[in-house]
Amino acid sequence: MYHINELLNSDNTLKPSFVAMKESDDYTINIGPQHPATHGVLHLVITLNGETIKKVDPDLGFIHRSIEKMCESLSYRQYIYVTSRMDYLSSHINNHACALLVEKALQVEVPERAQYIRVIMDELTRIASHLLWWGAMAMDMGAFTPYFYAFRERELLTEIMEDTCGARLTMNYMVPGGVMHDPHETFVHRVSKEFLPLLKSKLHEYEELVTGNIIFQNRVNGVGLLTYEDAISYGCSGPTARASGVHCDIRKLYPYDVYNKVQFEEVIETAGDSMARYMVRMNEIKQSISIIEQLINNIPEGDFQAKTKAVLKLPKGEFYQRVETARGELGVFVVSEGGTTPYRIKFRSPGFSNLSCLDHITKGSKIGDLVASMGTLDLVIPDIDR
Amino acid sequence: MDNEALKIQLTELLPSVTFEEGGEWLNVNVDPNDWKPFAVKLKASAELYFDYLFCLTCVDWKTHLTMVYHLSSTKHRHTIVVKCKLDRTTPVVETVCDIWRTAEFHEREVFEMFGVEFKNHPDLRKLILPADWVGFPLRKDYEDPINMIKL
Repeated sequence: MYHINELLNSDNTLKPSFVAMKESDDYTINIGPQHPATHGVLHLVITLNGETIKKVDPDLGFIHRSIEKMCESLSYRQYIYVTSRMDYLSSHINNHACALLVEKALQVEVPERAQYIRVIMDELTRIASHLLWWGAMAMDMGAFTPYFYAFRERELLTEIMEDTCGARLTMNYMVPGGVMHDPHETFVHRVSKEFLPLLKSKLHEYEELVTGNIIFQNRVNGVGLLTYEDAISYGCSGPTARASGVHCDIRKLYPYDVYNKVQFEEVIETAGDSMARYMVRMNEIKQSISIIEQLINNIPEGDFQAKTKAVLKLPKGEFYQRVETARGELGVFVVSEGGTTPYRIKFRSPGFSNLSCLDHITKGSKIGDLVASMGTLDLVIPDIDR
Repeated sequence: MDNEALKIQLTELLPSVTFEEGGEWLNVNVDPNDWKPFAVKLKASAELYFDYLFCLTCVDWKTHLTMVYHLSSTKHRHTIVVKCKLDRTTPVVETVCDIWRTAEFHEREVFEMFGVEFKNHPDLRKLILPADWVGFPLRKDYEDPINMIKL
Protein backbone atom coordinates (compact mmCIF):
# COMPACT_ATOMS: atom_id res chain seq x y z
CA MET A 1 0.00 0.00 0.00
CA TYR A 2 2.98 2.32 0.45
CA HIS A 3 4.62 4.14 -2.38
CA ILE A 4 8.25 3.11 -2.66
CA ASN A 5 9.45 6.69 -2.06
CA GLU A 6 7.65 6.73 1.25
CA LEU A 7 9.54 3.65 2.45
CA LEU A 8 13.08 4.46 1.35
CA ASN A 9 15.69 7.03 2.19
CA SER A 10 17.65 8.67 -0.63
CA ASP A 11 20.40 6.03 -0.23
CA ASN A 12 17.87 3.19 -0.72
CA THR A 13 17.84 2.12 2.94
CA LEU A 14 14.54 1.62 4.72
CA LYS A 15 13.30 4.58 6.72
CA PRO A 16 13.56 3.89 10.45
CA SER A 17 9.83 4.21 11.05
CA PHE A 18 9.16 1.22 8.82
CA VAL A 19 11.93 -0.88 10.29
CA ALA A 20 10.59 -0.40 13.79
CA MET A 21 7.14 -1.54 12.77
CA LYS A 22 7.97 -5.16 12.17
CA GLU A 23 10.72 -7.65 12.61
CA SER A 24 11.02 -10.81 10.54
CA ASP A 25 9.92 -13.29 13.23
CA ASP A 26 7.11 -11.11 14.57
CA TYR A 27 3.65 -12.53 14.58
CA THR A 28 1.00 -10.01 13.56
CA ILE A 29 -2.73 -10.24 14.03
CA ASN A 30 -5.48 -7.88 13.07
CA ILE A 31 -8.44 -6.89 15.22
CA GLY A 32 -11.12 -5.19 13.18
CA PRO A 33 -12.16 -3.16 11.28
CA GLN A 34 -15.23 -5.31 11.95
CA HIS A 35 -14.94 -6.70 15.42
CA PRO A 36 -17.45 -6.61 18.30
CA ALA A 37 -14.88 -5.53 20.88
CA THR A 38 -13.90 -2.35 19.02
CA HIS A 39 -17.50 -1.02 19.00
CA GLY A 40 -17.14 0.41 15.55
CA VAL A 41 -14.73 0.36 12.70
CA LEU A 42 -11.37 0.48 14.41
CA HIS A 43 -8.54 -1.57 12.97
CA LEU A 44 -5.74 -2.58 15.32
CA VAL A 45 -2.58 -4.19 13.96
CA ILE A 46 -1.08 -6.06 16.89
CA THR A 47 2.46 -7.39 16.91
CA LEU A 48 2.91 -10.33 19.23
CA ASN A 49 5.68 -12.30 20.82
CA GLY A 50 3.90 -15.49 21.82
CA GLU A 51 0.93 -14.11 23.72
CA THR A 52 2.69 -10.92 24.80
CA ILE A 53 1.90 -7.69 23.02
CA LYS A 54 4.88 -5.90 21.49
CA LYS A 55 3.07 -3.14 19.66
CA VAL A 56 -0.49 -2.00 19.01
CA ASP A 57 -0.79 0.09 15.88
CA PRO A 58 -4.23 1.65 15.39
CA ASP A 59 -5.27 2.11 11.77
CA LEU A 60 -7.96 4.77 11.67
CA GLY A 61 -10.14 6.42 9.09
CA PHE A 62 -12.80 3.85 8.28
CA ILE A 63 -15.49 6.27 9.38
CA HIS A 64 -13.64 9.49 8.63
CA ARG A 65 -16.04 12.08 7.19
CA SER A 66 -13.74 15.08 7.41
CA ILE A 67 -16.12 17.00 9.64
CA GLU A 68 -13.54 19.76 9.99
CA LYS A 69 -13.47 20.40 6.25
CA MET A 70 -17.25 20.12 6.05
CA CYS A 71 -17.71 22.74 8.76
CA GLU A 72 -15.68 25.24 6.74
CA SER A 73 -18.67 25.59 4.42
CA LEU A 74 -21.40 25.43 7.06
CA SER A 75 -22.83 28.41 8.92
CA TYR A 76 -22.61 28.82 12.68
CA ARG A 77 -26.17 27.55 13.01
CA GLN A 78 -25.57 24.51 10.81
CA TYR A 79 -22.24 23.24 12.10
CA ILE A 80 -23.78 22.21 15.43
CA TYR A 81 -25.74 19.40 13.78
CA VAL A 82 -22.67 17.75 12.32
CA THR A 83 -21.09 17.46 15.75
CA SER A 84 -23.85 15.15 16.98
CA ARG A 85 -22.31 12.60 14.65
CA MET A 86 -18.87 12.75 16.25
CA ASP A 87 -19.28 11.25 19.69
CA TYR A 88 -22.85 10.08 19.15
CA LEU A 89 -23.22 8.98 22.78
CA SER A 90 -22.52 12.53 24.02
CA SER A 91 -24.35 14.36 21.27
CA HIS A 92 -25.99 16.88 23.62
CA ILE A 93 -22.63 17.78 25.09
CA ASN A 94 -21.00 18.18 21.67
CA ASN A 95 -23.83 20.52 20.66
CA HIS A 96 -23.35 22.37 23.93
CA ALA A 97 -19.69 23.07 23.16
CA CYS A 98 -20.54 24.54 19.76
CA ALA A 99 -23.39 26.65 21.14
CA LEU A 100 -21.18 27.96 23.95
CA LEU A 101 -18.47 28.92 21.49
CA VAL A 102 -20.83 31.04 19.41
CA GLU A 103 -22.29 32.62 22.54
CA LYS A 104 -18.83 33.43 23.87
CA ALA A 105 -17.76 35.01 20.60
CA LEU A 106 -20.94 37.06 20.22
CA GLN A 107 -21.34 37.72 23.97
CA VAL A 108 -24.87 36.40 24.09
CA GLU A 109 -26.48 36.18 27.52
CA VAL A 110 -28.24 32.82 27.77
CA PRO A 111 -31.50 32.79 29.80
CA GLU A 112 -31.22 30.91 33.06
CA ARG A 113 -34.00 28.53 32.10
CA ALA A 114 -32.02 27.42 29.06
CA GLN A 115 -28.88 26.96 31.14
CA TYR A 116 -30.72 24.68 33.57
CA ILE A 117 -32.25 22.61 30.79
CA ARG A 118 -28.88 22.27 29.05
CA VAL A 119 -27.09 21.04 32.15
CA ILE A 120 -29.86 18.55 32.94
CA MET A 121 -29.68 17.28 29.36
CA ASP A 122 -25.88 17.01 29.57
CA GLU A 123 -26.05 14.94 32.70
CA LEU A 124 -28.80 12.69 31.34
CA THR A 125 -26.59 12.12 28.31
CA ARG A 126 -23.65 11.31 30.55
CA ILE A 127 -25.72 8.72 32.43
CA ALA A 128 -26.95 7.20 29.16
CA SER A 129 -23.40 7.04 27.83
CA HIS A 130 -21.97 5.48 30.97
CA LEU A 131 -24.79 2.94 31.10
CA LEU A 132 -24.13 1.88 27.53
CA TRP A 133 -20.40 1.73 28.23
CA TRP A 134 -21.00 -0.41 31.30
CA GLY A 135 -23.10 -2.95 29.41
CA ALA A 136 -20.83 -3.05 26.39
CA MET A 137 -17.65 -3.35 28.43
CA ALA A 138 -19.07 -6.23 30.45
CA MET A 139 -20.06 -7.90 27.19
CA ASP A 140 -16.48 -7.57 25.92
CA MET A 141 -15.36 -9.43 29.02
CA GLY A 142 -17.75 -12.25 28.29
CA ALA A 143 -20.71 -11.32 30.50
CA PHE A 144 -23.80 -10.94 28.39
CA THR A 145 -26.48 -10.14 31.00
CA PRO A 146 -25.25 -6.64 32.01
CA TYR A 147 -25.91 -5.41 28.48
CA PHE A 148 -29.64 -6.06 28.91
CA TYR A 149 -29.68 -4.61 32.42
CA ALA A 150 -28.08 -1.39 31.17
CA PHE A 151 -30.37 -1.08 28.19
CA ARG A 152 -33.43 -1.62 30.36
CA GLU A 153 -32.76 1.68 32.19
CA ARG A 154 -31.34 3.44 29.18
CA GLU A 155 -34.51 2.76 27.22
CA LEU A 156 -36.55 5.01 29.52
CA LEU A 157 -33.92 7.71 29.11
CA THR A 158 -34.04 7.57 25.33
CA GLU A 159 -37.82 7.79 25.48
CA ILE A 160 -37.56 10.95 27.57
CA MET A 161 -35.12 12.35 25.01
CA GLU A 162 -37.43 11.38 22.18
CA ASP A 163 -40.33 13.27 23.76
CA THR A 164 -38.35 16.48 24.04
CA CYS A 165 -35.84 16.39 21.19
CA GLY A 166 -37.56 14.15 18.69
CA ALA A 167 -34.54 11.89 18.42
CA ARG A 168 -33.07 9.09 20.44
CA LEU A 169 -29.39 9.47 19.61
CA THR A 170 -28.48 12.56 17.59
CA MET A 171 -30.51 15.11 19.51
CA ASN A 172 -29.58 18.46 17.93
CA TYR A 173 -31.49 20.22 20.69
CA MET A 174 -29.11 23.04 21.56
CA VAL A 175 -28.84 26.17 19.47
CA PRO A 176 -26.76 29.33 19.91
CA GLY A 177 -28.56 31.32 22.61
CA GLY A 178 -30.34 28.48 24.37
CA VAL A 179 -32.30 25.41 23.40
CA MET A 180 -34.50 24.86 20.38
CA HIS A 181 -37.83 24.69 22.22
CA ASP A 182 -39.24 24.10 25.68
CA PRO A 183 -38.94 20.57 27.03
CA HIS A 184 -41.95 18.32 26.70
CA GLU A 185 -44.61 18.98 29.36
CA THR A 186 -44.00 15.60 30.98
CA PHE A 187 -40.22 16.08 31.04
CA VAL A 188 -39.83 17.13 34.69
CA HIS A 189 -42.23 14.48 35.91
CA ARG A 190 -40.65 11.67 33.91
CA VAL A 191 -37.11 12.53 34.93
CA SER A 192 -37.72 13.17 38.63
CA LYS A 193 -40.53 10.70 39.32
CA GLU A 194 -39.85 7.90 36.87
CA PHE A 195 -36.25 7.78 35.67
CA LEU A 196 -34.23 8.81 38.73
CA PRO A 197 -36.07 6.53 41.21
CA LEU A 198 -35.80 3.64 38.74
CA LEU A 199 -32.06 4.13 38.20
CA LYS A 200 -31.37 4.54 41.91
CA SER A 201 -33.22 1.35 42.70
CA LYS A 202 -31.21 -0.55 40.10
CA LEU A 203 -27.69 0.73 40.78
CA HIS A 204 -27.08 -1.88 43.46
CA GLU A 205 -27.77 -4.59 40.87
CA TYR A 206 -24.90 -3.32 38.75
CA GLU A 207 -22.56 -3.52 41.68
CA GLU A 208 -23.64 -6.98 42.70
CA LEU A 209 -23.57 -8.26 39.15
CA VAL A 210 -20.26 -6.86 37.92
CA THR A 211 -18.33 -4.68 40.37
CA GLY A 212 -18.17 -7.29 43.11
CA ASN A 213 -17.79 -10.20 40.72
CA ILE A 214 -14.54 -12.02 41.40
CA ILE A 215 -14.05 -13.10 37.78
CA PHE A 216 -14.45 -9.52 36.61
CA GLN A 217 -12.11 -8.18 39.29
CA ASN A 218 -9.42 -10.66 38.33
CA ARG A 219 -9.60 -9.48 34.76
CA VAL A 220 -9.33 -5.74 35.47
CA ASN A 221 -7.24 -5.32 38.62
CA GLY A 222 -3.77 -4.07 37.69
CA VAL A 223 -4.48 -4.34 33.95
CA GLY A 224 -3.67 -1.47 31.59
CA LEU A 225 -1.74 0.66 34.03
CA LEU A 226 -1.57 4.36 33.19
CA THR A 227 0.51 6.53 35.51
CA TYR A 228 -0.26 10.12 36.49
CA GLU A 229 2.57 11.57 34.37
CA ASP A 230 1.71 9.44 31.34
CA ALA A 231 -1.96 10.37 31.53
CA ILE A 232 -1.04 14.06 31.26
CA SER A 233 1.66 13.50 28.67
CA TYR A 234 -0.67 11.51 26.41
CA GLY A 235 -3.29 14.24 26.70
CA CYS A 236 -5.80 11.90 28.31
CA SER A 237 -8.86 13.49 29.83
CA GLY A 238 -12.16 12.54 31.36
CA PRO A 239 -12.62 9.36 33.39
CA THR A 240 -9.49 7.85 31.81
CA ALA A 241 -7.25 10.55 33.29
CA ARG A 242 -9.20 10.92 36.52
CA ALA A 243 -8.59 7.22 37.22
CA SER A 244 -4.88 8.09 37.28
CA GLY A 245 -5.37 10.90 39.77
CA VAL A 246 -5.40 13.85 37.35
CA HIS A 247 -7.77 16.68 38.27
CA CYS A 248 -9.17 17.45 34.85
CA ASP A 249 -12.94 17.83 35.15
CA ILE A 250 -13.80 20.83 32.96
CA ARG A 251 -17.06 21.24 34.87
CA LYS A 252 -15.01 22.01 37.99
CA LEU A 253 -12.00 23.77 36.49
CA TYR A 254 -13.72 26.00 33.91
CA PRO A 255 -17.43 25.86 34.80
CA TYR A 256 -19.93 26.74 32.10
CA ASP A 257 -23.65 27.48 32.37
CA VAL A 258 -24.92 26.54 35.85
CA TYR A 259 -22.22 24.04 36.80
CA ASN A 260 -20.86 26.53 39.35
CA LYS A 261 -24.23 26.57 41.14
CA VAL A 262 -24.51 22.84 41.76
CA GLN A 263 -22.73 20.73 44.33
CA PHE A 264 -20.90 17.69 43.02
CA GLU A 265 -17.65 15.89 43.54
CA GLU A 266 -14.94 15.35 40.98
CA VAL A 267 -14.49 11.57 41.07
CA ILE A 268 -10.82 10.74 41.39
CA GLU A 269 -9.11 7.36 41.67
CA THR A 270 -5.36 6.92 41.94
CA ALA A 271 -4.68 3.33 40.93
CA GLY A 272 -4.67 4.07 37.18
CA ASP A 273 -5.66 0.55 36.14
CA SER A 274 -8.79 -0.72 34.39
CA MET A 275 -10.59 -1.19 37.70
CA ALA A 276 -9.97 2.45 38.63
CA ARG A 277 -11.36 3.61 35.28
CA TYR A 278 -14.38 1.40 35.87
CA MET A 279 -14.96 2.82 39.36
CA VAL A 280 -14.67 6.44 38.17
CA ARG A 281 -17.47 5.94 35.67
CA MET A 282 -19.69 4.08 38.11
CA ASN A 283 -19.30 6.86 40.68
CA GLU A 284 -19.85 9.53 38.04
CA ILE A 285 -23.30 8.10 37.41
CA LYS A 286 -24.12 8.82 41.07
CA GLN A 287 -22.74 12.37 40.80
CA SER A 288 -24.81 12.99 37.68
CA ILE A 289 -27.93 11.80 39.50
CA SER A 290 -27.15 14.25 42.28
CA ILE A 291 -26.69 17.15 39.82
CA ILE A 292 -30.00 16.41 38.11
CA GLU A 293 -31.80 16.17 41.46
CA GLN A 294 -30.54 19.61 42.43
CA LEU A 295 -31.79 21.17 39.21
CA ILE A 296 -34.82 19.31 37.97
CA ASN A 297 -37.43 20.80 40.33
CA ASN A 298 -35.94 24.29 40.28
CA ILE A 299 -35.99 25.11 36.56
CA PRO A 300 -36.80 28.84 36.52
CA GLU A 301 -39.58 30.27 34.40
CA GLY A 302 -38.66 32.46 31.45
CA ASP A 303 -37.37 32.26 27.92
CA PHE A 304 -35.69 29.14 26.66
CA GLN A 305 -33.72 31.01 24.02
CA ALA A 306 -31.99 34.38 23.79
CA LYS A 307 -32.76 36.55 20.78
CA THR A 308 -30.02 36.23 18.21
CA LYS A 309 -29.68 37.44 14.65
CA ALA A 310 -30.88 35.14 11.89
CA VAL A 311 -27.44 35.11 10.28
CA LEU A 312 -24.61 34.78 12.77
CA LYS A 313 -21.28 36.42 12.02
CA LEU A 314 -18.42 35.81 14.40
CA PRO A 315 -15.89 38.61 14.85
CA LYS A 316 -12.41 38.13 13.42
CA GLY A 317 -10.22 36.14 15.76
CA GLU A 318 -9.67 32.77 17.36
CA PHE A 319 -12.02 31.12 19.81
CA TYR A 320 -11.67 28.01 21.90
CA GLN A 321 -14.36 26.38 23.98
CA ARG A 322 -14.09 23.20 26.00
CA VAL A 323 -16.67 21.07 27.73
CA GLU A 324 -16.61 17.80 29.62
CA THR A 325 -18.20 15.07 27.54
CA ALA A 326 -18.76 11.55 28.84
CA ARG A 327 -15.31 10.68 27.48
CA GLY A 328 -13.33 13.74 28.45
CA GLU A 329 -12.40 17.15 27.25
CA LEU A 330 -13.91 18.20 23.93
CA GLY A 331 -12.31 21.35 22.56
CA VAL A 332 -13.68 23.37 19.66
CA PHE A 333 -11.13 25.68 18.09
CA VAL A 334 -12.51 28.15 15.57
CA VAL A 335 -10.50 30.58 13.44
CA SER A 336 -12.86 33.24 12.17
CA GLU A 337 -12.24 35.73 9.40
CA GLY A 338 -15.37 37.68 10.30
CA GLY A 339 -17.62 35.78 7.92
CA THR A 340 -20.66 33.56 8.32
CA THR A 341 -18.64 30.34 8.17
CA PRO A 342 -15.53 29.30 10.11
CA TYR A 343 -12.23 29.76 8.26
CA ARG A 344 -10.78 26.75 10.03
CA ILE A 345 -12.25 24.58 12.72
CA LYS A 346 -10.56 21.92 14.81
CA PHE A 347 -12.29 19.49 17.11
CA ARG A 348 -9.99 18.28 19.83
CA SER A 349 -11.83 15.07 20.52
CA PRO A 350 -11.24 13.20 23.78
CA GLY A 351 -11.25 9.76 22.12
CA PHE A 352 -8.36 10.61 19.80
CA SER A 353 -6.04 11.48 22.67
CA ASN A 354 -7.26 8.65 24.87
CA LEU A 355 -6.62 6.14 22.07
CA SER A 356 -3.02 7.31 21.70
CA CYS A 357 -2.12 5.79 25.08
CA LEU A 358 -3.45 2.34 24.11
CA ASP A 359 -0.10 1.15 22.74
CA HIS A 360 1.66 2.35 25.89
CA ILE A 361 -0.68 0.74 28.44
CA THR A 362 -0.91 -2.62 26.69
CA LYS A 363 2.76 -3.08 25.83
CA GLY A 364 4.11 -6.17 27.55
CA SER A 365 0.72 -7.46 28.68
CA LYS A 366 -1.11 -10.51 27.37
CA ILE A 367 -3.39 -10.31 24.35
CA GLY A 368 -6.36 -11.31 26.52
CA ASP A 369 -5.94 -8.14 28.58
CA LEU A 370 -6.15 -5.89 25.54
CA VAL A 371 -9.94 -6.02 25.54
CA ALA A 372 -10.08 -5.05 29.22
CA SER A 373 -7.80 -2.05 28.63
CA MET A 374 -9.63 -1.01 25.49
CA GLY A 375 -13.06 -1.48 27.04
CA THR A 376 -12.30 0.77 29.98
CA LEU A 377 -10.86 3.50 27.75
CA ASP A 378 -14.41 3.82 26.38
CA LEU A 379 -13.54 4.49 22.76
CA VAL A 380 -16.16 5.77 20.35
CA ILE A 381 -14.77 5.46 16.86
CA PRO A 382 -16.61 8.31 15.05
CA ASP A 383 -15.24 10.58 17.78
CA ILE A 384 -11.70 9.48 16.97
CA ASP A 385 -11.97 9.67 13.18
CA ARG A 386 -14.25 12.74 13.00
CA MET B 1 0.51 33.30 36.58
CA ASP B 2 -1.07 36.20 34.69
CA ASN B 3 -0.18 37.30 31.17
CA GLU B 4 2.34 39.97 32.22
CA ALA B 5 4.27 37.56 34.43
CA LEU B 6 4.15 34.93 31.69
CA LYS B 7 5.57 37.41 29.19
CA ILE B 8 8.57 38.14 31.43
CA GLN B 9 9.22 34.45 32.02
CA LEU B 10 8.88 33.53 28.34
CA THR B 11 11.11 36.37 27.15
CA GLU B 12 13.77 35.15 29.56
CA LEU B 13 13.66 31.71 27.97
CA LEU B 14 13.76 33.03 24.40
CA PRO B 15 14.33 36.75 23.74
CA SER B 16 13.06 36.59 20.14
CA VAL B 17 9.45 35.65 21.00
CA THR B 18 6.67 38.09 20.17
CA PHE B 19 3.29 38.28 21.85
CA GLU B 20 -0.26 38.90 20.74
CA GLU B 21 -3.10 39.59 23.13
CA GLY B 22 -6.79 40.10 22.72
CA GLY B 23 -7.94 36.50 22.60
CA GLU B 24 -8.74 34.34 25.57
CA TRP B 25 -5.11 33.37 26.13
CA LEU B 26 -1.68 34.83 25.49
CA ASN B 27 -0.45 34.08 21.96
CA VAL B 28 3.27 33.45 21.58
CA ASN B 29 4.90 33.60 18.15
CA VAL B 30 8.03 31.50 17.79
CA ASP B 31 10.38 30.96 14.88
CA PRO B 32 10.19 27.27 13.80
CA ASN B 33 13.96 26.89 14.23
CA ASP B 34 13.74 28.01 17.86
CA TRP B 35 10.64 26.00 18.67
CA LYS B 36 12.12 22.68 19.84
CA PRO B 37 14.64 24.03 22.38
CA PHE B 38 11.99 26.49 23.56
CA ALA B 39 9.47 23.67 24.00
CA VAL B 40 11.94 21.66 26.09
CA LYS B 41 12.34 24.64 28.41
CA LEU B 42 8.59 25.22 28.66
CA LYS B 43 8.14 21.76 30.12
CA ALA B 44 11.32 21.77 32.23
CA SER B 45 10.87 25.20 33.84
CA ALA B 46 9.46 24.85 37.36
CA GLU B 47 7.67 28.22 37.25
CA LEU B 48 6.02 27.62 33.88
CA TYR B 49 5.73 23.80 33.80
CA PHE B 50 3.60 23.44 30.68
CA ASP B 51 2.96 19.70 30.89
CA TYR B 52 -0.38 19.40 29.12
CA LEU B 53 -0.58 19.86 25.33
CA PHE B 54 -4.31 19.75 24.83
CA CYS B 55 -4.63 20.82 21.22
CA LEU B 56 -2.23 20.68 18.30
CA THR B 57 -3.33 21.78 14.88
CA CYS B 58 -2.44 23.73 11.78
CA VAL B 59 -4.11 26.56 9.87
CA ASP B 60 -3.64 27.17 6.16
CA TRP B 61 -3.45 30.91 5.49
CA LYS B 62 -2.95 30.43 1.69
CA THR B 63 0.41 32.27 1.83
CA HIS B 64 1.82 30.26 4.72
CA LEU B 65 0.89 27.60 7.26
CA THR B 66 0.68 28.22 10.99
CA MET B 67 1.19 25.49 13.58
CA VAL B 68 -0.92 26.12 16.68
CA TYR B 69 -0.05 24.51 20.01
CA HIS B 70 -2.37 24.98 22.99
CA LEU B 71 -0.36 24.41 26.15
CA SER B 72 -1.46 24.43 29.71
CA SER B 73 -0.06 23.56 33.10
CA THR B 74 -1.87 21.10 35.35
CA LYS B 75 0.04 22.53 38.34
CA HIS B 76 -0.24 26.30 37.84
CA ARG B 77 -3.35 26.30 35.61
CA HIS B 78 -2.09 28.87 33.11
CA THR B 79 -2.46 28.51 29.37
CA ILE B 80 -0.63 29.84 26.32
CA VAL B 81 -1.04 29.39 22.58
CA VAL B 82 2.24 28.94 20.70
CA LYS B 83 2.29 29.66 16.97
CA CYS B 84 4.94 28.78 14.40
CA LYS B 85 4.78 30.26 10.94
CA LEU B 86 5.85 27.75 8.30
CA ASP B 87 6.73 28.04 4.64
CA ARG B 88 3.90 26.63 2.50
CA THR B 89 5.98 24.81 -0.14
CA THR B 90 8.34 22.98 2.23
CA PRO B 91 6.81 23.09 5.71
CA VAL B 92 9.23 21.53 8.18
CA VAL B 93 9.20 21.76 11.95
CA GLU B 94 10.82 19.72 14.69
CA THR B 95 8.59 17.17 16.44
CA VAL B 96 7.60 17.66 20.08
CA CYS B 97 6.31 14.13 20.66
CA ASP B 98 9.22 13.27 22.95
CA ILE B 99 8.12 16.10 25.27
CA TRP B 100 4.35 15.63 25.07
CA ARG B 101 3.49 12.10 23.93
CA THR B 102 0.06 13.12 22.68
CA ALA B 103 1.79 15.02 19.88
CA GLU B 104 2.68 11.75 18.15
CA PHE B 105 -0.86 11.14 16.85
CA HIS B 106 -1.72 14.79 16.41
CA GLU B 107 1.41 15.38 14.33
CA ARG B 108 0.64 12.38 12.15
CA GLU B 109 -2.79 13.88 11.50
CA VAL B 110 -1.32 17.29 10.60
CA PHE B 111 1.27 15.54 8.41
CA GLU B 112 -1.36 13.86 6.23
CA MET B 113 -3.89 16.70 6.24
CA PHE B 114 -1.51 19.63 5.69
CA GLY B 115 1.73 18.04 4.50
CA VAL B 116 3.84 19.38 7.34
CA GLU B 117 6.97 17.31 7.88
CA PHE B 118 7.93 16.73 11.50
CA LYS B 119 11.66 16.20 11.83
CA ASN B 120 12.74 13.30 14.09
CA HIS B 121 9.19 12.00 14.49
CA PRO B 122 9.56 8.27 15.29
CA ASP B 123 6.71 7.03 13.11
CA LEU B 124 5.57 9.60 10.58
CA ARG B 125 2.99 7.65 8.56
CA LYS B 126 -0.50 8.45 7.45
CA LEU B 127 -2.96 7.81 10.27
CA ILE B 128 -6.49 8.49 9.06
CA LEU B 129 -6.13 8.58 5.27
CA PRO B 130 -5.22 5.52 3.19
CA ALA B 131 -1.48 5.23 2.59
CA ASP B 132 -1.81 5.95 -1.15
CA TRP B 133 -3.83 9.15 -0.78
CA VAL B 134 -2.56 12.05 -2.88
CA GLY B 135 -2.80 15.65 -1.70
CA PHE B 136 -3.47 17.37 1.59
CA PRO B 137 -7.25 17.59 2.16
CA LEU B 138 -7.40 20.33 4.78
CA ARG B 139 -5.39 22.79 2.70
CA LYS B 140 -7.50 25.53 1.17
CA ASP B 141 -6.54 24.78 -2.44
CA TYR B 142 -7.32 21.06 -2.23
CA GLU B 143 -9.55 19.81 -5.04
CA ASP B 144 -11.13 16.39 -5.31
CA PRO B 145 -13.53 16.08 -8.25
CA ILE B 146 -15.02 12.77 -7.06
CA ASN B 147 -15.40 12.85 -3.29
CA MET B 148 -15.76 16.54 -2.54
CA ILE B 149 -19.21 18.07 -2.26
CA LYS B 150 -19.14 21.84 -2.56
CA LEU B 151 -21.84 23.82 -0.84
